[in-house]
Amino acid sequence: MSTAYDEATEGKVYSVNGADWDQVVAGVRETEEERLVVNMGPQHPSTHGVLRLVLTLDGETVTEARGVIGYLHTGIEKNMEFRTWTQGTTFVTRMDYLSPIFNETAYSMGVEKLLGITDRIPERAQAIRVMMMELNRISSHLVAMGTFGMELGATTPFLFGYRDRELIMDLFEYITGLRMNHAYVRPGGVSVDLPAGAVDKVGEFLKEMPKRIKDIRKLLDANPVYVRRTKDVAYLDLTGCMALGVTGPILRAAGLPWDLRKSQPYCGYETYEFDVATERGCDVYSRYLVRMKEMEESLKIIEQALDRIAGPLKGDPVMIEDKKIGWPAQLALGPDGFGNSPDHIAHIMGTSMEALIHHFKLVTEGFRVPAGQAYASIESPKGELGAHVVSDGGTRPFRVHFREPSFCNLQAFPAMAEGGQVADVIAAVASIDPVMGGVDR
Amino acid sequence: MTSPDNLPEVPDAQVPEVPAAQEPPIARQGMFGATDSGDTSGYGGLVVRRPPQISTPRPYGSYFDEVVDALALDDAIERVVVDRGELTLHVKRERLVEVSQKMRDDPALRFELSLGVSGVHYPHLTGEELHAVYHLCSITHNRRVRLEVSCPDADPHIPSTVGVYPGHDWHERETYDFFGIIFDGHPALTRIMMPDDWEGHPQRKDYPLGGIPVEYRGATIPSPDHRRSYS
Repeated sequence: MSTAYDEATEGKVYSVNGADWDQVVAGVRETEEERLVVNMGPQHPSTHGVLRLVLTLDGETVTEARGVIGYLHTGIEKNMEFRTWTQGTTFVTRMDYLSPIFNETAYSMGVEKLLGITDRIPERAQAIRVMMMELNRISSHLVAMGTFGMELGATTPFLFGYRDRELIMDLFEYITGLRMNHAYVRPGGVSVDLPAGAVDKVGEFLKEMPKRIKDIRKLLDANPVYVRRTKDVAYLDLTGCMALGVTGPILRAAGLPWDLRKSQPYCGYETYEFDVATERGCDVYSRYLVRMKEMEESLKIIEQALDRIAGPLKGDPVMIEDKKIGWPAQLALGPDGFGNSPDHIAHIMGTSMEALIHHFKLVTEGFRVPAGQAYASIESPKGELGAHVVSDGGTRPFRVHFREPSFCNLQAFPAMAEGGQVADVIAAVASIDPVMGGVDR
Repeated sequence: MTSPDNLPEVPDAQVPEVPAAQEPPIARQGMFGATDSGDTSGYGGLVVRRPPQISTPRPYGSYFDEVVDALALDDAIERVVVDRGELTLHVKRERLVEVSQKMRDDPALRFELSLGVSGVHYPHLTGEELHAVYHLCSITHNRRVRLEVSCPDADPHIPSTVGVYPGHDWHERETYDFFGIIFDGHPALTRIMMPDDWEGHPQRKDYPLGGIPVEYRGATIPSPDHRRSYS
């Protein structure tokens, strides 16, 4: 208790750093005050990073809850204003680090809208984007479900979730070169085509994954402890969702089949067959069911996308064929461990001065984007992820703002938690599935 | 045969007065923003002008005409812009709450879902430097619209819309934190991302990015905001 505080305004203050709760318990016994204000976080394991919750308790009941954010603010939006449009993907991929492909795609779609090239993105690139996004949706939901289980005291779903996520991480590493922070989706298409063998690997994954999802369902779907901790907990109905701008699985668990993939399709989602998962419970359990169902639907989409990538779209380009915009080189990992494209080097150094100039200008200076603003939104695992992209006609973004679903959904946490028990706060936050990298950006 | 001498004389009064086309202000001269050395690139005479502010005349196309008609608050709208398939309504700031209320409640509009507030700082637009941009979405009609409000840097006040869209609470705090726009009527307008005692508003264009030059093997790489810029 070294920090100075004003007892008159703040009341009696107990600091618990580490483990010594005895002091607090003894103190609370002495005091006559009924109200206890507890700081949960910013470094509490169940706060998904560095979220701080200020809870006013009356016994076990939460009478007031406030979320405090900003502990992971990294200035991504500001930094992007000092890099080229292409370099921007490297920043946005780090926002919501559990769904990097979605961040990149939303941003790229915004830039493409500004450039007016949305219709000219090659179909193969769109199919690869869809496949990668759906893989990413599964991996994000697996983390959501895994940590969810653990926060409610069940460690096995956590181990299962992370074990199964590893399959997707391996695929991502094989395809993009990195497990996270891929910068794979770029304005104009994707950075490189799928490497040899990727289609087979995704095919194997598609065979394995339904079993794994069933395993998690077996653990949680009818688990009496889990159901009692989640049913009718953190209730937020459709009216609440609309007022607070809540989207994603929370909205669909309130019964509204609002999924941008269906209602305002992008990247060719209108050509894929899948169902939108909805539930009517408005509670934590319904949100869990929606996420599980979405993973199963994602597998269907991946299968269809994979058929197209391996079939009719085989050998097609994955970057827009526009010398002024499309990134020139298609890099492949060489035996020396470096990425290079011998054909491209022979082309620019030996046969085409024009190609050399384009390569040089695009890489050093970047392309120019006509002035104006655009808003592109996609259905990320957490809800509507929107990119508001403003250009002044230059080679750098003038302003990029992300409508982060975690940020908006987290705002609804007091509405879910107030009036409930302290233990339900954990379930409420877990069901929102906030990623603080995305909330704070 | 006509020579310059026997051309019929035209009285001055018959030549119509053509006002000189107003050119948008210059955004940039030269190529690399370098002023400390002689121009060897040949781009020294390059003049890039700012794009003019657009205002779209009717018909707007798509469902945009219906939205503007249903709103029927023409005196509250400064200009309508249809660009890249998106409708933007520039709203007078004192009428913002009224417009958003109608946007949400009118059965023909029903923009029930707001996707938040995004600030933009345009230092070159004198008198309307700070913009707040609202993206609205109608689930009933499956439509989108963008509202844009501006305020001068000297008087950075915009009425709060938390009463209409409660979800704007954190968004307005964020925009205040990053741009210094004061949302009048917000229940608790405090900083949200930056620490409470932070000075300045980081997303403004006059706020530096910061960073230090990095030295590597004798060469110095300047921080990102001091590197050569092409735009």
